[in-house]
Amino acid sequence: MARKLLLEKAHVEGIRQFDVYRREGGYAAVEKALKMEPVAIVEEVKKSGLRGRGGAGFATGLKWSFLAKPEGVPRYLVCNADESEPGTFKDRYLMEFIPHLLIEGLIVSSFALGSNRTYIYIRGEYAWIVGILEQAIAEAKQNGFLGKNILGTEFDLEIYVQRGAGAYICGEETALIESLEGKRGNPRIKPPFPAIKGLWDCPTVVNNVETLAAVVPIMNLGAEEYAKIGVGRSTGTKLISACGNINKPGVYEIDMTISVEEFIYSDEYCGGIANGKRLKACIPGGSSVPILPANLLLKTAKGETRYMNYESLSEGGFASGSMMGSGGFIVLDEDQCIVRHTLTLARFYRHESCGQCSPCREGTGWMEKILHKIESGKGVSSDIDLLWDIQSKIEGNTICPLGDAAAWPVAAAIRHFRDEFEWHVNHPSLCLTQNYGLAHYADELSVVA
Amino acid sequence: MVKFSEHTMKEVEAIIARYPQGKQKSALIPLLHLAQEEFGGWLSAEAMDHVASILSIESIEVYEVATFYSMFNLQPVGKHVLEVCQTGPCMLRGSDDIIAYIKSKLGIGVGETTADGMFTLKTVECLGACGYAPMMQMGMHYKEHLTPERVDQIIADCYNHK
Ligand SMILES: Cc1cc2nc3c(=O)[nH]c(=O)nc-3n(C[C@H](O)[C@H](O)[C@H](O)COP(=O)(O)O)c2cc1C
Ligand code: SF4
Ligand code: FES
Repeated sequence: MARKLLLEKAHVEGIRQFDVYRREGGYAAVEKALKMEPVAIVEEVKKSGLRGRGGAGFATGLKWSFLAKPEGVPRYLVCNADESEPGTFKDRYLMEFIPHLLIEGLIVSSFALGSNRTYIYIRGEYAWIVGILEQAIAEAKQNGFLGKNILGTEFDLEIYVQRGAGAYICGEETALIESLEGKRGNPRIKPPFPAIKGLWDCPTVVNNVETLAAVVPIMNLGAEEYAKIGVGRSTGTKLISACGNINKPGVYEIDMTISVEEFIYSDEYCGGIANGKRLKACIPGGSSVPILPANLLLKTAKGETRYMNYESLSEGGFASGSMMGSGGFIVLDEDQCIVRHTLTLARFYRHESCGQCSPCREGTGWMEKILHKIESGKGVSSDIDLLWDIQSKIEGNTICPLGDAAAWPVAAAIRHFRDEFEWHVNHPSLCLTQNYGLAHYADELSVVA
Repeated sequence: MVKFSEHTMKEVEAIIARYPQGKQKSALIPLLHLAQEEFGGWLSAEAMDHVASILSIESIEVYEVATFYSMFNLQPVGKHVLEVCQTGPCMLRGSDDIIAYIKSKLGIGVGETTADGMFTLKTVECLGACGYAPMMQMGMHYKEHLTPERVDQIIADCYNHK
């Protein structure tokens, strides 16, 4: 059994209540942290090797150390609970089952960063979780862990929950800040970075739910102990939300030393492919990261075992690897159509583009249209090249990374499954009733770019 | 005239107090949620103007925001809005069939409302429930692991509770 740091107590009866959470050792991290210097906490987080769990994997302690501290200007911590990347539902699980863990992490992190007013920006659809979080906040306050002079110190903190209203782009940190200011979720041009000019133009740190919750075990264990869990630059544990054609969809806390094969097939995790079918492909880190065919998923191009950690999942770069991303693990069985699946993702990004940059606004629309054409048996061979061309012109040419996020899934689908696209084009009526299946696995995979 | 009830106005004041002085515009999205709930499930121009006047901002600032976010309805909707997720992970678990089933059961297309005003059918993008697919959102709640039988039950329950 892998060691659990976040979800260990998630299923203790009544753990949503303060008293039960406290009895199980909760809020000890706050007691410890408030006796430390804020800079010492930032150092601990740096030493722990914790990397942002929202998708980019940026070193959390380093990010915290960039926060500007001008005299007389408030600083803010904002918790990113927008969770909208297809395949990702881990933050929801954490907030729903063990809300006090997040509140505890927020108190420690707010103290470390000097935020006296911290916001949780949660996607609007998670309406019922707002109540769960507000209840936890109220209880923490009644017990002296929030409000004025926390635990008799000089530290004051209020935590507020802000609901979004349906916009994936508000997960991007500058769009989130705009939205929190009561505006459309249009990402800002960086620099300036939020650490200098964020919420209401004040220095701001935006971190993911899981990242901030992980600060609790870092405090409790100490950075050195925490860093011993995992491997290389993938320290600690990671929440993976597994979905698609597997026997046991759900949220799993893994220590990042297990292989992808073990994650998919062992009964402790996904429990194998549903209905006795075979594995065709997988998007291991949320819809934005490259899809991999089964052979490249389980082993790298060099033939080495692939593991569930940041380095191993990206081994081979985009030519033959993928990314850890947000930990949204989407599994496709042998009967799934890559073209159709890619079409749903293209539609998603077209729908979610904020429209500020033309490569993203127009490009996502074009990609959806062309994929729809191919999927419905009306495509021609040159459409595949056109699709490739469009995605390559979006990547790197936009204000925020949503453009890249829209381009990558299309690029990877063509890169690894080009013959399936061609089969659609060459079998305009057959492709409406049949799937391409696993036929192409006989061949070595050809790399397009 | 549309106007928040006294009870809601208390909530409005509490929301505005979450932000520093002068930053009351941040309350806009929370207030639009309240307005949509209180004024029949959608945001009329009057409702949006009311929110603008409470926050001392221009009406156009409210329209800009209301049109950006997919949870705000700018037209009247049925009593129950069925928002079925259609993104990849749900598609892999049969959301296409669920959408087709609801369409034929209710005799409406996506974006339409039944003649009795009970149901509006919408398709939406990933709602963060991919592991419990296929699924839909109904008001403040998620209905997960959908099957035709479960859809029948949900619809029957709506009629029974009126
Ligand atoms: C289009 C887009 C959507 C994003 N959505 C989310 C999200 O839903 N949740 C999240 O934590 N980060 C999301 N991010 C990443 C954030 O911009 C930011 O990097 C993150 O909140 C930083 O927190 P971390 O360092 O703790 O991961 C998104 C980024 C982009 C470009
Ligand atoms: S890349 Fe797309 S989502 Fe990002 S700012 Fe440009 S148009 Fe908006
Ligand atoms: S794809 Fe439907 S909830 Fe995520």
